[in-house]
Amino acid sequence: MNYVESPSRFTAPPPGAEREENLKMEFQAVLMAAGGGSRMMDLTSNIPKPLLLVGNKPLIWYPLNLMERLGFEEVIVVTTREVQKQLPQMDSKMKLDTVCIPEDTDMGTADSLRQIHGKIKTDVLVVSCDLITDAALHEVIDLFRAHDATVSMLMRKAHDFTEPVPGQKGKNKEAEQRDFVGVDDTCKRLLFMANEADLDDELVIRKSLMQKYPRMHIKTALVDAHLYCMKKWVLDFLLENKFVYLFAKDIFSFAKEDDLLNLAREKSFWNDHHGDMNDPYHGTKLRCYVHIMKEGICYRVNTLASYIEANRQAPKFMPALSQEESLIHPSAQIADTSMIGADSMVGYMTKVAENTSIKRSIIGASCTVKEKVKIANSIIMQNVTFEEGCCIQGSVICSGAVIEKGADLKDCLVGSTQCVDAKSKHVNEVIVGNDRLMEI
Amino acid sequence: MSEGYRTSPGQPGVPGNSASTSSAPDGEGKKVTHEKLDGQELSKEEKQRLRKEKKQQKKTRRQDKTTDDGNSFSTDGKNKQQQQQKTSTTNTATGDTPVGNEKGTAGRSKAEFRAERKAKQENRAKQSKKADQSQPAALGKTKSVPSEPQLVVKRLPDHIQADDPAALKKLAKKLERQQVPLRQDYGSKVILFLHLHQYSRKMPLTQQLTIPSTVLHPAIVRLGLQYSQGIIIGSNARCIALLHAFKQVIRDYSTPPREELSRDLVNKLKPDISFLNQCRSLSASMGNAIKFIKKEISNIARSMREEEAKEVLLQCIDKYVNEKIHLAAEAISKSASEKINDGDVILVYGCSSLVSFILCDAHKAKKFKVVVVDSRPKLEGRETLRRLVRNGIHCTYVLISAVSYILPEFRLAIFGFALPALWPRTPACCTLGHLLPQSTDAQTAGSERGLNPGAGDPDDLLVTRNGSTPLKNWHANSKLHLLNLVYDVTPPDFVDLVITDLGMIPCTSVPVVLRVKNVE
Repeated sequence: MNYVESPSRFTAPPPGAEREENLKMEFQAVLMAAGGGSRMMDLTSNIPKPLLLVGNKPLIWYPLNLMERLGFEEVIVVTTREVQKQLPQMDSKMKLDTVCIPEDTDMGTADSLRQIHGKIKTDVLVVSCDLITDAALHEVIDLFRAHDATVSMLMRKAHDFTEPVPGQKGKNKEAEQRDFVGVDDTCKRLLFMANEADLDDELVIRKSLMQKYPRMHIKTALVDAHLYCMKKWVLDFLLENKFVYLFAKDIFSFAKEDDLLNLAREKSFWNDHHGDMNDPYHGTKLRCYVHIMKEGICYRVNTLASYIEANRQAPKFMPALSQEESLIHPSAQIADTSMIGADSMVGYMTKVAENTSIKRSIIGASCTVKEKVKIANSIIMQNVTFEEGCCIQGSVICSGAVIEKGADLKDCLVGSTQCVDAKSKHVNEVIVGNDRLMEI
Repeated sequence: MSEGYRTSPGQPGVPGNSASTSSAPDGEGKKVTHEKLDGQELSKEEKQRLRKEKKQQKKTRRQDKTTDDGNSFSTDGKNKQQQQQKTSTTNTATGDTPVGNEKGTAGRSKAEFRAERKAKQENRAKQSKKADQSQPAALGKTKSVPSEPQLVVKRLPDHIQADDPAALKKLAKKLERQQVPLRQDYGSKVILFLHLHQYSRKMPLTQQLTIPSTVLHPAIVRLGLQYSQGIIIGSNARCIALLHAFKQVIRDYSTPPREELSRDLVNKLKPDISFLNQCRSLSASMGNAIKFIKKEISNIARSMREEEAKEVLLQCIDKYVNEKIHLAAEAISKSASEKINDGDVILVYGCSSLVSFILCDAHKAKKFKVVVVDSRPKLEGRETLRRLVRNGIHCTYVLISAVSYILPEFRLAIFGFALPALWPRTPACCTLGHLLPQSTDAQTAGSERGLNPGAGDPDDLLVTRNGSTPLKNWHANSKLHLLNLVYDVTPPDFVDLVITDLGMIPCTSVPVVLRVKNVE
């Protein structure tokens, strides 16, 4: 979404709004779980992105867990039918109100919000299903509340991805689409945001913006967590306008003024900037704020690299997120002579035979690992079978794959239900089925 | 000095009073000095009288002779002579009751005398305490404590008892009952000010709240956050914002099945108010607004339907804002502009919405210049400066350290009633040194309770210049404590005139006004 900073008027919640249990809800949580994972097709060919496993938990579990920790009791989940079936297994204490959209449509956030417009009665907290974070969200929300912001969001300085990604030659990263994020001096107010893909050659900054905010920081290494706190009238506006970037004047009509609040601000002697003759916030009423995390984890699992990184770090952050579970699932049958490293995770009902060595790896549920197998730095999904004597290093193996005896894989990606031939050696390859080779 | 208030509250607005309500602009300096001397004389006399009374009482109890009654009668007579135009009934009351009691002391045992003496002293203490509490904090709560008899412990408000474990425990219990989180003090406090709470702005109360808060209305959470972060500052602004939030609470309220609106709504507001208090101590104006709302709510008739009742309440709030804030501001502005002459130079300090309003209003009719004095850490004077300059007023801006240099420049100093910055008394004291008139503006809406002393966020004192912050690691040094005091009290000696929406009164008349208002 492109954010345009233009004048508007704000709204107060309409009188007689929803009264649930005598108290007005401040936010409704919306979880966007309909994304296709277009940047990691190899992984998501067989399994929808929200159900990809990170740290042996489906990806959608993390934002749900986040909302539960915040204290939400209800979440609206926009997702596909396939994911909806799996939702009850999430064990969530919250009430999940699912809205299904057809599988093949490519819906962005704005479209999904239009779909659920009828259910939204208050300000909205929108979270994407691929967000894994331990951020203190009250910071984001406090910005929203304190400044009566239109939108407030979360960002973090991008983690460095140090692990080699299978299928990539050498160290070149895929042409990352950079986001140019402009913030003001306090690094709280968002001034503009533009993605490299949308720009031709130049980044254009309006003069009026520079007059109001002479000191601007432009950051390119931030990852947008796709977590937005929005006012209700933004959704009303989205509903009316199909093309978000054409709105400059229309947005006025959606916000209503509140006299008393205006008066209070007038009497209050606070200003967010100094040195000019303008009112607080420069009199602009459409305000976007961003909270930039300095520490803590924040992963958007939408590329292979980030998926691998998230999994690598999973053993470290899992204990914080879900205290009751141990890294090695109690139902896993592990032989005595096998060596499993302290930061490895073994999933539900997995069988690990003798003389195996598992280091810094994550092994999913219902896997079978036979004797003398060495697995290091790898991510193994569910239902994978390893025959004797395999040696896997730094690889990602999707669910249902079978690795025959003596295979040697290094930095590879094995697609779903693929079979790796016995005694084969693969280095830095992506092994997928023939039928998928032509997909872009 | 706390006894000074007992003597001479003149009748507000009565023309011909010896106090400086006469609005003749000329020769103000003279009149002012006269009035000040009068005040001092009376207070001295008053002190003497009270001392004598105490001595008399001690004597009578020891000697048990009626001859002392004669003495006390004579002091009483003298008392009456002094009170010519006075309306303070507490005075005569305290004068009378010891006398009355003394008559009955003849012929009793010593133990009873002692008990009686204690009772009398407690009585007197209570009466003076009552009068004390209706007195504005311009005279300082802490100051009045030494003058009280030592037997009675004066009840201090909770927010200045941060070092008293019993008070803290009580507060914690109350908050737990209401399910409002307790805010932790931050940083090492200066020993002399241990009784003040010290919070950090970086640790907001909202950390401990769940997002869909079950007990607090979202508008209140928003408001609390805005208070604690200093986005809504100033007595008037906070009051208006509070009323706005209450309006939203009322709109969203629905009476549970077996309850009554008049009782239940008040209960629903209690945790909200505690929360706001934790975020930032309630100001005087806010306290008044809350009292007003509670009164209105409890006055709702049982027979009224919910919708109607809500409408009535919302209208009441609007009316309150209109009367107490808008109209009062206009009244004060009118009186104040009489004091301002063409060609004047006026001193203002810090930020006060009322003072800015007055100056902007007066600017339409008269020409004058303003000197804005500012001080760290908040530097609110910049905002005042901005508003005045935008209205076309010629301004000079100085920091407080330069006050003594600009003293020869200005003629009149106007201060708002509740100045949320450090050392407002400094300009006041300095101006006194030069016998220049000053006036304080007070809206009666905001002047009932005392100002709340408090310690602000000590991190505000840190300054980053050229990329280096000298005090960045003040925590590491165990011997270093930072103190950031907010609010201070100005002795009434330094204030010549208080301009209220009821008229212009001398500083010593303020308690009368408050008492009269209380009765209403």
